[in-house]
Amino acid sequence: MKKMISLLVRNRPGVLSHVAGLVTRRGYNVESIAAGPTENPARTRITLVVSGDEREMEQVTRQLRKLIDCIEVRDLKYSEAVTGEVALVTVAVEPEKRLEIMSLANTFGARIADLDENSLTLQVVGSSHMVDMVITGLAPYHIKAMARTGLVALPIDSRENRESLL
Amino acid sequence: MTDTSNTGGKRTGAQILVAALERAGVETVFGYPGGPVITLYDAIYDASFKHILTRHEQGAAHAADGYARATGRVGVVMATSGPGATNLVTGLATANMDSVPLVAITGQVPTTAIGNDAFQEADIYGISLPITKHNYLVKDAEQLSQVLAEAFYLAGSGRRGPILVDVPKDIQTALLTPAPAEPVIIPGYEPEPPLQDDQLAELAEALKFSRRPLAYLGGGVTASGAEEELFRFLTENDIPATATLMAKGVFPDDHPLALGLPGMHGTKYANLAIYESDLILCLGARFDDRVAGNVRRFAPNARVAHVDIDAAEIGKRVDTHLPVVGDLKAVLARVLKTVTPVARPDWLRRIDELKQKYPLPLPPQDGPEIKPQSVVLAISEATRGEAIIVTDVGQHQMWAAQLIVSTRPRRFLSSGGLGTMGYGLPAAMGAQIGRPDLPVVLICGDGGFQMNIQELATIREHDLPVKIAIINNGCLGMVRQWQQFFYKERYSSSIWKHEPDFVKIAEGYGIPSRRVTEPAEVSRAVRALLDSPGPQLVDFKVDMFENVMPMIPAGGGQTDFYEC
Ligand SMILES: Cc1ncc(C[n+]2csc(CCOP(=O)(O)OP(=O)(O)O)c2C)c(N)n1
Ligand SMILES: [Mg+2]
Repeated sequence: MKKMISLLVRNRPGVLSHVAGLVTRRGYNVESIAAGPTENPARTRITLVVSGDEREMEQVTRQLRKLIDCIEVRDLKYSEAVTGEVALVTVAVEPEKRLEIMSLANTFGARIADLDENSLTLQVVGSSHMVDMVITGLAPYHIKAMARTGLVALPIDSRENRESLL
Repeated sequence: MTDTSNTGGKRTGAQILVAALERAGVETVFGYPGGPVITLYDAIYDASFKHILTRHEQGAAHAADGYARATGRVGVVMATSGPGATNLVTGLATANMDSVPLVAITGQVPTTAIGNDAFQEADIYGISLPITKHNYLVKDAEQLSQVLAEAFYLAGSGRRGPILVDVPKDIQTALLTPAPAEPVIIPGYEPEPPLQDDQLAELAEALKFSRRPLAYLGGGVTASGAEEELFRFLTENDIPATATLMAKGVFPDDHPLALGLPGMHGTKYANLAIYESDLILCLGARFDDRVAGNVRRFAPNARVAHVDIDAAEIGKRVDTHLPVVGDLKAVLARVLKTVTPVARPDWLRRIDELKQKYPLPLPPQDGPEIKPQSVVLAISEATRGEAIIVTDVGQHQMWAAQLIVSTRPRRFLSSGGLGTMGYGLPAAMGAQIGRPDLPVVLICGDGGFQMNIQELATIREHDLPVKIAIINNGCLGMVRQWQQFFYKERYSSSIWKHEPDFVKIAEGYGIPSRRVTEPAEVSRAVRALLDSPGPQLVDFKVDMFENVMPMIPAGGGQTDFYEC
């Protein structure tokens, strides 16, 4: 099974090492990890997607909760969060096939981020599922390179900006 | 008071660090100096606490650990950067596995040099990440006071553990005006999780209907100081108890409800009682694989209740039916209030039967060679629970765990989780410094004794009256035993071809010592060891081929006893 976990951590040197070190040491499978600043400069939000059996998945949240720099650890369901991911995909394409790809890009609201004679780089923004779909759509062409940020998520109830966490 | 007259009221980072230790109530620090901490050591020159210079940083770490286990206070260790810091690694890992509160302070190359492979640079922050409860690299001198206050708070609260604080040289020499300490607030850190009524109610209910409950005690009982509540709980409810190395003595070993050690080298009756139990009450233990080698064949007919301050321990290795998160002392106090005492005569009769039928095997004493068990028994009889017994790791440790009668917590110190050879001697030294009022006896193997033997110098220097009994079987006994049982007696690198003369070595360090080879001499020699003043050492030459029994091979269930 797969699980999306949202961590709010103290923005301290080494906090990422603590999180990454924990998940590797305990042997969890990390599908993605994405970290970045929040509205509060003293806080960082990290979104983790991990996979494993049920016991492991139960353990991982508890172990993360033990990290001293973790302020909040939440298992997120997709219905409780807004999520998104960015992917950059470079495909090899001769000029005459460009239009095909551009129409695929249009369907998914992807942008052309770079272009030369033989290749084209798309920037896709959306749910992980949508990014997957674009990649599937591009599979018949030759994908030369790809980078994905991993999922970032924000719990929906964080709109209420709970003071207790600050 | 430090002279601050020509610094305009400013103080160095090192002085601020020392002041923070004083504020934390530190009385003793164990450590070893070097270039990157020389400023810190200069500040220590004026400190109100005692600094014990060991002969190796590993010795300092284990000594701080022994001090902490014996006293329940936070142990403090210091080392220089690079090799000094890396020498702490085994000590930190040992303390981390057994949840021992430590604060380790290491020097580091200047912040401007970090990452440049500077002389004596080692990334101890990165290295210690998986073997500490938390760690810090201080990059701003203004934060020193606060970081140290946090370090002590974290080490000694919740599930205890070691905290490392890495302090670069320029942070130690920085001049600044000390800011008043702020209260420590760590959002999200909950050292005393509030008790949940529903969990307690379910536990009480399960207990009411259990006919064969069994308490499995771990280090959490010691850490929370719950021995009085535990005693009432077990005795009022007729609950027999098995105690791990970490819990030895929290419930008196000589009580009829005491079953001794569980697991690999536990008593048969403890393991069989676990197997027959219908309700395992795991109190601050963690189902280590040396206790529950095969979780499916541990207690197949039992519901499992697990009380722990660390929620992550619950369900880690075994399925738990009744989780209770909280401090054991508080949990037991609440349970005592809600549970109506129940007598369980049938279960106690069964326990008695198991004890009669499967007593701990003891070798006959009439051979020409001393049996190692007889030395341990003589120590137990001569100390009667009044001493702190410290062990190293190996066969002698298991005999001590089986045979020493402990009646109080913090009187049996041993490296449980990591099983660190070389732990015993420095830990005994630290324990003696923390508890000068109690006799400290070290039971040590001839192998492990050589792993931190240099600390004899520290013991002599401070005239610490540690009594050392070497159980000298001329081999790495525990390894030799496994090779005998499971590797067709192919004794690969476990029997020495040459052994040093421990009596002469002790003499060289100025410690009175003797060798004992005759079985008839054992109890007199033990008494003399304990009654003579100052540090003392006796080298007991014992039978090389004695084995620790009973034994459940690794991965076995509670009834899978090895028969030789
Ligand atoms: C630092 C370390 N290295 C290796 C081991 C593996 N080991 C466990 S027990 C043992 C033998 C210990 O020999 P000794 O100290 O003489 O004690 P004995 O078993 O003979 O009582 C060894 C090598 C260990 N536990 N710790
Ligand atoms: Mg030996």
